[in-house]
Amino acid sequence: MELEAAKLIAAAIALLPMFGVGIGLGMIFSSYNEAVGRNPSSADLLDKKFFLTFALTEALAIFALVVSLIILFG
Amino acid sequence: MADPIHQFEIHPIIPLNVAGIDISFTNSSLWMAIAVVTSIVLMSLATRKQAIVPGRLQVFAENMYEFVASMIRDNIGSQGRQFFPLIFTVFMVVLMGNMLGMLPYSFTYTSHIAVTMGLALAIFLMVTVLGFVRHGLHFFTLFCPAGVPWALKPLIIPIEILSYLIRPVTLSVRLFANMMAGHLMLKVFAGFSVAMGVGLGILPMFFNVALIGFEFLIAFLQAYVFTILSCIYLKDAIDLH
Repeated sequence: MELEAAKLIAAAIALLPMFGVGIGLGMIFSSYNEAVGRNPSSADLLDKKFFLTFALTEALAIFALVVSLIILFG
Repeated sequence: MADPIHQFEIHPIIPLNVAGIDISFTNSSLWMAIAVVTSIVLMSLATRKQAIVPGRLQVFAENMYEFVASMIRDNIGSQGRQFFPLIFTVFMVVLMGNMLGMLPYSFTYTSHIAVTMGLALAIFLMVTVLGFVRHGLHFFTLFCPAGVPWALKPLIIPIEILSYLIRPVTLSVRLFANMMAGHLMLKVFAGFSVAMGVGLGILPMFFNVALIGFEFLIAFLQAYVFTILSCIYLKDAIDLH
Protein backbone atom coordinates (compact mmCIF):
# COMPACT_ATOMS: atom_id res chain seq x y z
CA MET A 1 0.00 0.00 0.00
CA GLU A 2 1.13 3.54 -0.67
CA LEU A 3 2.48 5.30 2.41
CA GLU A 4 0.18 8.29 1.90
CA ALA A 5 -2.93 6.09 1.64
CA ALA A 6 -1.90 4.13 4.71
CA LYS A 7 -1.49 7.41 6.61
CA LEU A 8 -4.98 8.59 5.68
CA ILE A 9 -6.52 5.26 6.72
CA ALA A 10 -4.57 5.31 10.00
CA ALA A 11 -5.78 8.85 10.70
CA ALA A 12 -9.36 7.69 10.19
CA ILE A 13 -8.88 4.62 12.42
CA ALA A 14 -7.40 6.85 15.13
CA LEU A 15 -10.77 8.63 15.30
CA LEU A 16 -12.69 5.42 16.15
CA PRO A 17 -12.66 6.19 19.92
CA MET A 18 -15.21 8.91 19.07
CA PHE A 19 -17.85 6.13 18.97
CA GLY A 20 -17.28 5.35 22.62
CA VAL A 21 -17.06 9.00 23.58
CA GLY A 22 -20.35 9.70 21.81
CA ILE A 23 -22.09 6.87 23.65
CA GLY A 24 -20.51 7.94 26.94
CA LEU A 25 -21.49 11.58 26.56
CA GLY A 26 -25.03 10.53 25.69
CA MET A 27 -25.22 8.45 28.87
CA ILE A 28 -23.86 11.32 30.98
CA PHE A 29 -26.38 13.80 29.56
CA SER A 30 -29.30 11.38 29.82
CA SER A 31 -28.62 10.37 33.40
CA TYR A 32 -28.02 13.99 34.43
CA ASN A 33 -31.30 15.08 32.88
CA GLU A 34 -33.13 12.12 34.37
CA ALA A 35 -31.76 12.83 37.84
CA VAL A 36 -32.58 16.54 37.67
CA GLY A 37 -36.01 15.78 36.23
CA ARG A 38 -36.82 13.44 39.10
CA ASN A 39 -35.42 15.75 41.76
CA PRO A 40 -34.96 19.33 40.54
CA SER A 41 -33.42 20.47 43.84
CA SER A 42 -30.43 18.19 43.23
CA ALA A 43 -29.32 20.31 40.25
CA ASP A 44 -26.90 22.41 42.31
CA LEU A 45 -25.27 19.30 43.71
CA LEU A 46 -25.01 17.55 40.35
CA ASP A 47 -23.92 20.51 38.20
CA LYS A 48 -20.26 20.43 39.21
CA LYS A 49 -19.99 16.65 38.92
CA PHE A 50 -21.76 16.77 35.59
CA PHE A 51 -19.36 19.35 34.17
CA LEU A 52 -16.33 17.48 35.50
CA THR A 53 -17.36 14.13 34.00
CA PHE A 54 -18.40 15.87 30.79
CA ALA A 55 -15.00 17.50 30.42
CA LEU A 56 -13.12 14.30 31.31
CA THR A 57 -15.06 12.26 28.74
CA GLU A 58 -14.91 14.93 26.07
CA ALA A 59 -11.14 15.13 26.52
CA LEU A 60 -10.82 11.54 25.25
CA ALA A 61 -12.34 12.56 21.93
CA ILE A 62 -9.86 15.43 21.75
CA PHE A 63 -6.96 13.04 22.47
CA ALA A 64 -8.10 10.94 19.52
CA LEU A 65 -8.26 14.07 17.37
CA VAL A 66 -4.71 15.03 18.37
CA VAL A 67 -3.41 11.54 17.54
CA SER A 68 -5.16 11.72 14.20
CA LEU A 69 -3.71 15.17 13.44
CA ILE A 70 -0.22 13.97 14.43
CA ILE A 71 -0.55 11.04 12.01
CA LEU A 72 -1.75 13.38 9.24
CA PHE A 73 0.69 16.27 9.67
CA GLY A 74 3.36 15.08 12.13
CA MET B 1 -8.39 30.25 2.57
CA ALA B 2 -6.32 31.69 5.40
CA ASP B 3 -4.19 29.18 7.27
CA PRO B 4 -6.00 28.16 10.50
CA ILE B 5 -2.68 27.06 12.08
CA HIS B 6 -1.23 30.57 11.72
CA GLN B 7 -2.77 31.75 15.01
CA PHE B 8 -0.55 29.36 16.98
CA GLU B 9 2.74 30.62 15.55
CA ILE B 10 5.23 31.96 18.05
CA HIS B 11 7.36 34.85 16.87
CA PRO B 12 9.93 36.77 18.90
CA ILE B 13 9.17 40.40 19.73
CA ILE B 14 12.46 41.15 21.48
CA PRO B 15 15.06 38.59 20.31
CA LEU B 16 17.34 37.53 23.17
CA ASN B 17 20.07 34.91 23.08
CA VAL B 18 22.04 34.03 26.20
CA ALA B 19 24.85 31.47 25.83
CA GLY B 20 23.23 29.73 22.88
CA ILE B 21 19.83 29.44 24.60
CA ASP B 22 16.97 31.29 22.94
CA ILE B 23 15.11 33.24 25.64
CA SER B 24 13.45 35.77 23.34
CA PHE B 25 10.45 37.75 24.54
CA THR B 26 7.80 36.22 22.26
CA ASN B 27 4.12 36.94 21.71
CA SER B 28 3.45 34.03 24.06
CA SER B 29 5.43 35.75 26.83
CA LEU B 30 3.71 39.02 26.02
CA TRP B 31 0.26 37.50 26.58
CA MET B 32 1.42 35.77 29.75
CA ALA B 33 2.61 39.16 31.02
CA ILE B 34 -0.73 40.69 30.05
CA ALA B 35 -2.54 37.90 31.94
CA VAL B 36 -0.44 38.49 35.06
CA VAL B 37 -0.92 42.26 34.95
CA THR B 38 -4.66 41.94 34.26
CA SER B 39 -5.31 39.56 37.13
CA ILE B 40 -3.19 41.57 39.60
CA VAL B 41 -4.78 44.89 38.62
CA LEU B 42 -8.28 43.40 38.63
CA MET B 43 -7.87 41.79 42.04
CA SER B 44 -6.20 44.77 43.71
CA LEU B 45 -8.80 47.18 42.29
CA ALA B 46 -11.56 44.90 43.52
CA THR B 47 -10.21 44.66 47.06
CA ARG B 48 -9.03 48.29 47.34
CA LYS B 49 -11.97 49.58 49.31
CA GLN B 50 -13.68 46.76 51.12
CA ALA B 51 -17.32 47.60 51.67
CA ILE B 52 -19.80 45.58 53.66
CA VAL B 53 -22.21 45.99 50.77
CA PRO B 54 -19.87 45.08 47.91
CA GLY B 55 -19.76 46.81 44.55
CA ARG B 56 -19.63 44.91 41.27
CA LEU B 57 -15.87 44.39 41.21
CA GLN B 58 -15.79 43.27 44.80
CA VAL B 59 -18.56 40.75 44.12
CA PHE B 60 -16.46 39.40 41.26
CA ALA B 61 -13.41 39.01 43.49
CA GLU B 62 -15.43 37.46 46.30
CA ASN B 63 -17.04 35.00 43.90
CA MET B 64 -13.65 33.99 42.51
CA TYR B 65 -12.31 33.48 46.02
CA GLU B 66 -15.37 31.54 47.15
CA PHE B 67 -15.36 29.38 44.00
CA VAL B 68 -11.78 28.20 44.53
CA ALA B 69 -12.15 28.00 48.31
CA SER B 70 -15.22 25.78 48.07
CA MET B 71 -13.46 23.62 45.49
CA ILE B 72 -10.60 23.09 47.98
CA ARG B 73 -13.00 22.55 50.91
CA ASP B 74 -14.99 19.92 49.02
CA ASN B 75 -12.03 18.06 47.57
CA ILE B 76 -9.16 18.29 50.05
CA GLY B 77 -10.83 19.31 53.29
CA SER B 78 -9.53 21.59 56.01
CA GLN B 79 -5.94 20.49 55.41
CA GLY B 80 -6.07 22.04 51.96
CA ARG B 81 -6.39 25.61 53.20
CA GLN B 82 -2.64 26.17 53.18
CA PHE B 83 -2.61 25.35 49.46
CA PHE B 84 -5.17 28.02 48.60
CA PRO B 85 -2.65 30.54 47.16
CA LEU B 86 -1.15 27.88 44.87
CA ILE B 87 -4.51 26.56 43.63
CA PHE B 88 -5.89 30.07 43.15
CA THR B 89 -2.82 31.09 41.15
CA VAL B 90 -3.05 28.00 38.94
CA PHE B 91 -6.74 28.70 38.37
CA MET B 92 -6.13 32.36 37.46
CA VAL B 93 -3.22 31.56 35.13
CA VAL B 94 -5.21 28.98 33.18
CA LEU B 95 -8.45 30.99 33.20
CA MET B 96 -6.74 34.19 32.05
CA GLY B 97 -4.86 32.28 29.34
CA ASN B 98 -8.07 30.75 28.02
CA MET B 99 -10.17 33.92 28.30
CA LEU B 100 -7.63 36.37 26.88
CA GLY B 101 -7.18 33.90 24.03
CA MET B 102 -10.80 34.56 23.03
CA LEU B 103 -10.00 38.20 22.16
CA PRO B 104 -9.58 38.76 18.41
CA TYR B 105 -5.92 38.89 17.28
CA SER B 106 -4.74 37.64 20.65
CA PHE B 107 -2.60 34.61 21.38
CA THR B 108 -3.74 31.66 23.52
CA TYR B 109 -0.69 30.57 25.48
CA THR B 110 -2.56 27.58 26.93
CA SER B 111 -2.80 26.18 23.39
CA HIS B 112 0.90 25.25 23.54
CA ILE B 113 1.92 22.02 25.18
CA ALA B 114 5.18 23.59 26.37
CA VAL B 115 3.18 25.89 28.67
CA THR B 116 0.60 23.39 29.92
CA MET B 117 3.20 20.65 30.37
CA GLY B 118 5.29 23.07 32.43
CA LEU B 119 2.32 23.79 34.68
CA ALA B 120 1.32 20.13 34.96
CA LEU B 121 4.88 18.93 35.68
CA ALA B 122 5.29 21.58 38.37
CA ILE B 123 2.09 20.39 40.07
CA PHE B 124 3.03 16.72 39.66
CA LEU B 125 6.52 17.21 41.16
CA MET B 126 5.12 19.33 43.99
CA VAL B 127 2.52 16.66 44.82
CA THR B 128 5.09 13.83 44.73
CA VAL B 129 7.59 15.72 46.92
CA LEU B 130 4.79 16.67 49.31
CA GLY B 131 3.71 13.03 49.55
CA PHE B 132 7.24 11.90 50.41
CA VAL B 133 7.70 14.72 52.94
CA ARG B 134 4.38 13.96 54.66
CA HIS B 135 4.52 10.17 54.66
CA GLY B 136 8.10 9.15 53.90
CA LEU B 137 8.39 5.72 52.27
CA HIS B 138 4.84 5.01 53.40
CA PHE B 139 3.84 7.10 50.36
CA PHE B 140 4.27 3.98 48.18
CA THR B 141 1.10 2.49 49.66
CA LEU B 142 -0.66 4.93 47.31
CA PHE B 143 0.02 2.39 44.57
CA CYS B 144 -1.56 -0.47 46.51
CA PRO B 145 -5.21 0.20 47.35
CA ALA B 146 -6.35 -1.35 50.61
CA GLY B 147 -8.50 -4.47 50.44
CA VAL B 148 -7.16 -5.79 47.15
CA PRO B 149 -6.78 -9.62 47.18
CA TRP B 150 -3.18 -10.91 47.02
CA ALA B 151 -3.78 -12.65 43.72
CA LEU B 152 -4.70 -9.36 42.02
CA LYS B 153 -1.80 -7.30 43.40
CA PRO B 154 0.72 -8.07 40.60
CA LEU B 155 -1.88 -6.74 38.17
CA ILE B 156 -3.15 -3.75 40.16
CA ILE B 157 0.16 -2.28 41.29
CA PRO B 158 1.68 -1.74 37.80
CA ILE B 159 -1.61 -0.22 36.62
CA GLU B 160 -1.68 2.15 39.61
CA ILE B 161 1.95 3.18 39.07
CA LEU B 162 1.33 3.75 35.36
CA SER B 163 -1.81 5.77 35.99
CA TYR B 164 0.12 7.88 38.50
CA LEU B 165 2.98 8.54 36.10
CA ILE B 166 0.66 9.39 33.19
CA ARG B 167 -1.04 12.17 35.21
CA PRO B 168 1.08 15.12 34.03
CA VAL B 169 0.63 13.99 30.43
CA THR B 170 -3.16 13.73 30.58
CA LEU B 171 -3.47 16.93 32.61
CA SER B 172 -1.45 18.96 30.11
CA VAL B 173 -2.68 17.33 26.91
CA ARG B 174 -6.33 17.76 27.97
CA LEU B 175 -5.94 21.52 28.37
CA PHE B 176 -3.71 22.11 25.36
CA ALA B 177 -5.70 19.89 23.01
CA ASN B 178 -9.04 21.39 24.04
CA MET B 179 -7.84 24.92 23.48
CA MET B 180 -6.06 24.08 20.23
CA ALA B 181 -8.95 22.10 18.76
CA GLY B 182 -11.49 24.78 19.73
CA HIS B 183 -9.54 27.67 18.23
CA LEU B 184 -8.75 25.61 15.14
CA MET B 185 -12.48 24.96 14.65
CA LEU B 186 -13.33 28.67 15.04
CA LYS B 187 -10.79 29.64 12.39
CA VAL B 188 -11.85 26.87 9.99
CA PHE B 189 -15.48 28.06 10.13
CA ALA B 190 -14.37 31.67 9.74
CA GLY B 191 -12.47 30.48 6.67
CA PHE B 192 -15.70 28.91 5.29
CA SER B 193 -17.38 32.30 5.69
CA VAL B 194 -14.71 33.97 3.58
CA ALA B 195 -14.69 31.20 0.97
CA MET B 196 -18.50 31.20 0.51
CA GLY B 197 -18.65 34.92 -0.27
CA VAL B 198 -21.01 37.68 0.85
CA GLY B 199 -24.39 35.94 0.37
CA LEU B 200 -24.06 32.36 1.63
CA GLY B 201 -21.11 33.21 3.85
CA ILE B 202 -23.47 34.50 6.51
CA LEU B 203 -24.52 30.92 7.41
CA PRO B 204 -21.13 29.76 8.76
CA MET B 205 -20.91 33.13 10.51
CA PHE B 206 -24.07 32.39 12.53
CA PHE B 207 -22.68 28.99 13.37
CA ASN B 208 -19.44 30.66 14.45
CA VAL B 209 -21.33 32.91 16.86
CA ALA B 210 -22.72 29.81 18.58
CA LEU B 211 -19.26 28.21 18.54
CA ILE B 212 -17.70 31.25 20.21
CA GLY B 213 -20.26 30.99 23.00
CA PHE B 214 -19.37 27.31 23.34
CA GLU B 215 -15.67 28.21 23.38
CA PHE B 216 -16.21 30.55 26.33
CA LEU B 217 -17.87 27.65 28.17
CA ILE B 218 -14.93 25.36 27.31
CA ALA B 219 -12.42 28.06 28.33
CA PHE B 220 -13.95 28.28 31.79
CA LEU B 221 -14.60 24.54 32.07
CA GLN B 222 -11.03 23.57 31.24
CA ALA B 223 -9.65 26.00 33.83
CA TYR B 224 -12.08 24.44 36.33
CA VAL B 225 -11.11 20.89 35.39
CA PHE B 226 -7.38 21.65 35.51
CA THR B 227 -7.75 23.12 39.00
CA ILE B 228 -10.04 20.44 40.39
CA LEU B 229 -7.74 17.67 39.15
CA SER B 230 -4.80 19.43 40.84
CA CYS B 231 -6.93 19.43 44.02
CA ILE B 232 -7.65 15.71 43.66
CA TYR B 233 -3.95 14.91 43.13
CA LEU B 234 -3.07 17.00 46.19
CA LYS B 235 -5.67 15.12 48.23
CA ASP B 236 -4.11 11.79 47.16
CA ALA B 237 -0.71 12.95 48.43
CA ILE B 238 -2.15 14.28 51.71
CA ASP B 239 -4.55 11.46 52.58
CA LEU B 240 -3.16 8.44 50.66
CA HIS B 241 -6.59 7.11 49.65
